[in-house]
Amino acid sequence: MADALTAAYALRLGDDALILSHRLSEWVGHGPELEEDIALANTALDLLGQARLLLACAGEREGRGRDEDALAYGRDVLDFSNLLLVEQPNGDFAQTMMRQFLFDAYAVALWPRLSASRDEVLAGIAGKAAKEAAYHVEQSAAWVVRMGDGTEESHDRAQAGLDLLWPYAGEIFEADEVEAALAEKGIAVAPSALREHWQARVGPVLEEAGLAPPEGAGVRTGGRQGRHSEHLGHLLAEFQFMQRAYPGARW
Amino acid sequence: MSRTEEARRLAEAVPDPEIPVLTAGDLGLVRMVEEDGGRLVVRLTPTYSGCPASEAIRRDVEAALASGGFADAVVETSLAPAWTTDWMSEAGKTKLAAYGIAPPVRGPVSCPHCGGAAVEELSRFGSTPCKALWRCLGCREPFERFKCL
Repeated sequence: MADALTAAYALRLGDDALILSHRLSEWVGHGPELEEDIALANTALDLLGQARLLLACAGEREGRGRDEDALAYGRDVLDFSNLLLVEQPNGDFAQTMMRQFLFDAYAVALWPRLSASRDEVLAGIAGKAAKEAAYHVEQSAAWVVRMGDGTEESHDRAQAGLDLLWPYAGEIFEADEVEAALAEKGIAVAPSALREHWQARVGPVLEEAGLAPPEGAGVRTGGRQGRHSEHLGHLLAEFQFMQRAYPGARW
Repeated sequence: MSRTEEARRLAEAVPDPEIPVLTAGDLGLVRMVEEDGGRLVVRLTPTYSGCPASEAIRRDVEAALASGGFADAVVETSLAPAWTTDWMSEAGKTKLAAYGIAPPVRGPVSCPHCGGAAVEELSRFGSTPCKALWRCLGCREPFERFKCL
């Protein structure tokens, strides 16, 4: 049965996971040390798995015959609904881990709550993702502390990452009619309900790291509605190249 | 043996492509086998949502069922309840340790090579999503640990 709202919601969450997964995969072979290279690839793989489940769900609910591949490879920038945070470039390792931590703190707030969704498919995906996110946030939080509380250079790089990315974090808690209508029905988690949990996770870690969010930073939004930063198009150009050049290619 | 028991036996005997000492049965991946209107349905649960082995295991289970006389069997995936390493059999944990991988036992980790308790974690991630890198301070050998999930 077609259900446009649930399709849109699953697509938003799936796009977050897909785009962040691709960003992390850009590190493969370039990690600062072998163990971190492997850790970034593992995290990317978990996110890709979550993305596949969510996009498959979105395609089914949409009812237009699009499968996970059609949604991943066949949409243009304006049709992606991920948070602006996840499409931001990797920068240095400190910037990547800061982006990961700000996202992971959201993921560990979202998934356990969404696992109680009245939508059984979303609840099942969330139940699996919750376990993976708990692992990811331990890793990214540990690096934020290690770099923030490390050398002068690592501190400055971590602070620069936080200054750059903090304005994008506010988008996590924005809701439009999609989340509002579904939260009412017990299908989605209202993003505003996550803020307190996110702050309870982020605050102590930044404090331990000796890092402070930039003062007076605004909030950048628009990703959920398809208004993206310049970076997403470049990412998709690489990510979608093969299927754009050779539609339906398999190997 | 009933048809469902026979199908379960075939599905549970399929080895994991990454850790071939373990079978789908050892990992607790076969969640349900039942006849649904004359059609045999086998329900598998994936380990990690992105684990590439999950798809390989699913294909291998389909092939094993087909060659065992269940050509019409349907293999489905169920996500809930989410897989946990608590579903790994005791036999599976013993085989893992003998293979050189510390099994997912909650509590202190010991070296699968010498049994020593003086061990340390090197990285929380390893060669597959389900494993972490450790080393033994006694025999100095590195080893992998199957994470508790």
